[in-house]
Amino acid sequence: MIEIDIKKKLHGSNGDMDLNISLHIAQNEFLALSGKSGSGKTTFLRVLAGLEEATGKIVVDGTVWLDKNYSLAVQKREIGFVFQDSALFLNMSVEENLLFVKRDKVLVKELLEITELSSLAKRYPKTLSGGQQQRVNLCRAMMNKPKLLLMDEPFSALDPLMRLKLQNEILILHKRFNTTTIMVSHDLSEIYHLSSRMLVLESGTIIEDGKAQNILIQQEQKESISFDGEIVDIRKGKTSYFTVISIGQQLVEVEMSFKEIQLFQVRERVRVKSKAFSLIIEKK
Amino acid sequence: MNSFTLELAPFLLSFKLATITTIILFMLSVPLAWYLSQTTSRLKPYLEALTALPIVLPPSVLGFYILWTLSQNSVIGAFFYENFDIELVFNFKGLVIASCFYSLPFMVQPLQNGFESLNKNMIEASYISGKTQLQTIIKVALPNIKPALLTALIVTFAHTVGEFGVVLMVGGSIPEETKVASVAIYEFVEVMDYDSAHLYSGIMLLLSFIVLLSVYIFNHHQKFNRVYR
Repeated sequence: MIEIDIKKKLHGSNGDMDLNISLHIAQNEFLALSGKSGSGKTTFLRVLAGLEEATGKIVVDGTVWLDKNYSLAVQKREIGFVFQDSALFLNMSVEENLLFVKRDKVLVKELLEITELSSLAKRYPKTLSGGQQQRVNLCRAMMNKPKLLLMDEPFSALDPLMRLKLQNEILILHKRFNTTTIMVSHDLSEIYHLSSRMLVLESGTIIEDGKAQNILIQQEQKESISFDGEIVDIRKGKTSYFTVISIGQQLVEVEMSFKEIQLFQVRERVRVKSKAFSLIIEKK
Repeated sequence: MNSFTLELAPFLLSFKLATITTIILFMLSVPLAWYLSQTTSRLKPYLEALTALPIVLPPSVLGFYILWTLSQNSVIGAFFYENFDIELVFNFKGLVIASCFYSLPFMVQPLQNGFESLNKNMIEASYISGKTQLQTIIKVALPNIKPALLTALIVTFAHTVGEFGVVLMVGGSIPEETKVASVAIYEFVEVMDYDSAHLYSGIMLLLSFIVLLSVYIFNHHQKFNRVYR
């Protein structure tokens, strides 16, 4: 059981704001933390880790981490942290990175087997791919059997296939060690797949808290589908106008009347919606 | 032409002084450079300016202040003389103290730059793993700044071997005590013994070049073989 009630002034890119989070987390929960950039997600994780100061209270399984005039040192919080980019010790091999946290060779062997990294145990971080490095980071974070595992967009730099692999490994590890976990993520399928509870943060406060399924599906009407994209061009056809919109790796053309076109301009971020179509799913 | 003999004492003294100075400065500079690299304190620029002073001050000015501070006319000098019967000027101890001030920036600055270039998350990962600052510096930070570390050690050593003004001010020229190679060369020139001056200078030139060359070769090698083993 983790009790959190913290406040902190932030001077972000969107001006000053207050991080103000009050939250209870049950043992073994897998929390997904979502929200726009600059909403305070990373700062929240860093405050939990003890890497940044805040006022308020954090109590973990009866142990006080933060209280008036008291803050438990980061070294003593027994947490695991996976950063957005690799934070491996470059002067140590994969195995040494894990053993540096704790001299427990049995655990190292088990973790490397789960993540299929056993054959890379003697390799140095610079010789590994991004995905391999991030899996080592994950293993290292598990080495002290943390009371709380914090992950700050651990997959953001990885390709979709590698993401899927890492997601599965995280699930296996979560089941194996029952680690209470908070993960920052923007990927909806990832959140849906992994988390038992989802929080949405905006300007430093929680605006949504519930099951991922409920939050994600209620956000849009159930029969509609939408994509976020950017207008790259607006051009004139014979009778009407066309806007060219980039969505992910695709360019899409949408027809518009002269009146509608006045409302948009090139480089604007837009949402493309479709409703009441029967959607077809194809294998890739 | 054959009338001179090569005395090794000034060279040995130069290298002894440089070795001791480098060791002492390394121990003092690692914590200082680490503090400077990690702090967000308003004191930082003041400390940085203070640390860099020996680069811009004329050695005579630095030497004069050190001489004045260590002599028995000052509180510090008098304290050491009266309580421990230690004199700090015109002997080897004084030279070591003076050299530590003189070469301080050459040790601190490369180390600080090295520490600042480290991935911040890597340092934090070490803290999260339960390691103290000292453990983190020794096991994570220093091994990951090998080129900067080598530069700091070698340049400090070389710079101390090459010092002249401060040494002359604080140590004078006592054979086998404070007469280092650079001072010996000055004296040869003063008495117009150009043959000896040539020989001593040539040796210094060659040694200095070899030292610097080895640093640059190592750093070049590190840059293109970034895989640590």
